Amino acid sequence: MDTRTQEFVEYVQSGGQVEATDWMPDEYRARLIKFIEMHANSELMGVLPERDWILRAPTLQRKLALTAKIQDEVGHAQLIYRVVEDLGKPRSACLDDLVSGRSKFHNVFHYPTRTWGDVGVIAWLVDAAAIVSQKALLKCSYAPYARIMKKICWEESFHILHGRDVILTLVTGTQEQFELVQEALNRWWEPLMHFHGTPIPADDDPMLFWRIKSQANEDARQQFLDGYVPQIRELGLEIPDPALRKDEETGRWLYTEPDWERLRAVITGHGPASAERLAFRRLSRADVAWVERVVLAEAA
Amino acid sequence: MRRVFEVFRQERKGQPLQHAGSLVAPDERFAELYAREQYGRRQESAALWLVPREAVHEIGDFPDEFDLKYRRVDGYSIKERLREARERASSAEPAAEGAEGAG
Repeated sequence: MDTRTQEFVEYVQSGGQVEATDWMPDEYRARLIKFIEMHANSELMGVLPERDWILRAPTLQRKLALTAKIQDEVGHAQLIYRVVEDLGKPRSACLDDLVSGRSKFHNVFHYPTRTWGDVGVIAWLVDAAAIVSQKALLKCSYAPYARIMKKICWEESFHILHGRDVILTLVTGTQEQFELVQEALNRWWEPLMHFHGTPIPADDDPMLFWRIKSQANEDARQQFLDGYVPQIRELGLEIPDPALRKDEETGRWLYTEPDWERLRAVITGHGPASAERLAFRRLSRADVAWVERVVLAEAA
Repeated sequence: MRRVFEVFRQERKGQPLQHAGSLVAPDERFAELYAREQYGRRQESAALWLVPREAVHEIGDFPDEFDLKYRRVDGYSIKERLREARERASSAEPAAEGAEGAG
């Protein structure tokens, strides 16, 4: 590592932040692009499972709230792709790589939404898991990303509340409604445990080394469990992991080791809904290409 | 054509406009449309400034070759001398009383 890089590492490791126009090592730039691009992809792909339910939402109020949430997530994708563009990768290249499967998106968006219960569990728990990661990104060493995250976290808090509201309505409803939530929770528990990634030790995590992330994967998962296991259980819902309990001595949650091989398969495009979602994204990209042409022609 | 616009956002009236992010638009009209959509649709902003990136004149270095600390707060270290002055004042007190008693 040359002196300049060494100084850069010391700077970010002591809490220093970097702007788009500052010099940065190639590896740092490449890791930022890959990470932030995956985040933007996830926002964009994350609306598809919910989109399926706009027409089927149980009330007009739910339909409007769900539409607003979807609008937010697409807005986040816009903001985050801009950050990637300033790092040197154009948005069109990001979208090309997304639809051709060369880049990734988050594991939770590779699964189908079978019932309205899934929509509630996604808005409440998937968004809760996401906000744990996103709050940690407020301290990201790359300042433009950290600033954007502030606005995103603010909007996510509405999503969690919306999700909680959906869940509370269902668990206080009929037995059938309650079961919709329990079944959805059963389906989503493994993806939720996968969400924060493999428990890679902090010292071996290059994302922590560069201070792109400020929290180790396992710490994020522990924080999620700490915050949400009690909230899930107090509603009378059962978490489908008999081994899940908090070790009172260490304060850490113990759980059945998730199948990490399955996580790897899912995020490389072999999840139950991966192919369908990407096909839809390809289709809609081709469908709206004329809009870009018209806008650019009109503005010219 | 694609132009980059820097977006500055004011959260509430009276607060400073702070850099929030940027957007790409073919012209000012679309820039306004996108800015309203991306930074203002939830009443989260009191005002937005859109500045074409090429209009930003950045100054990022402020050399201080002579380390002119006397112009800053950190150029003054008064702790030691303040302690000394206080000690001197308190040890001088009996003398002052004496002077008063003599009067």
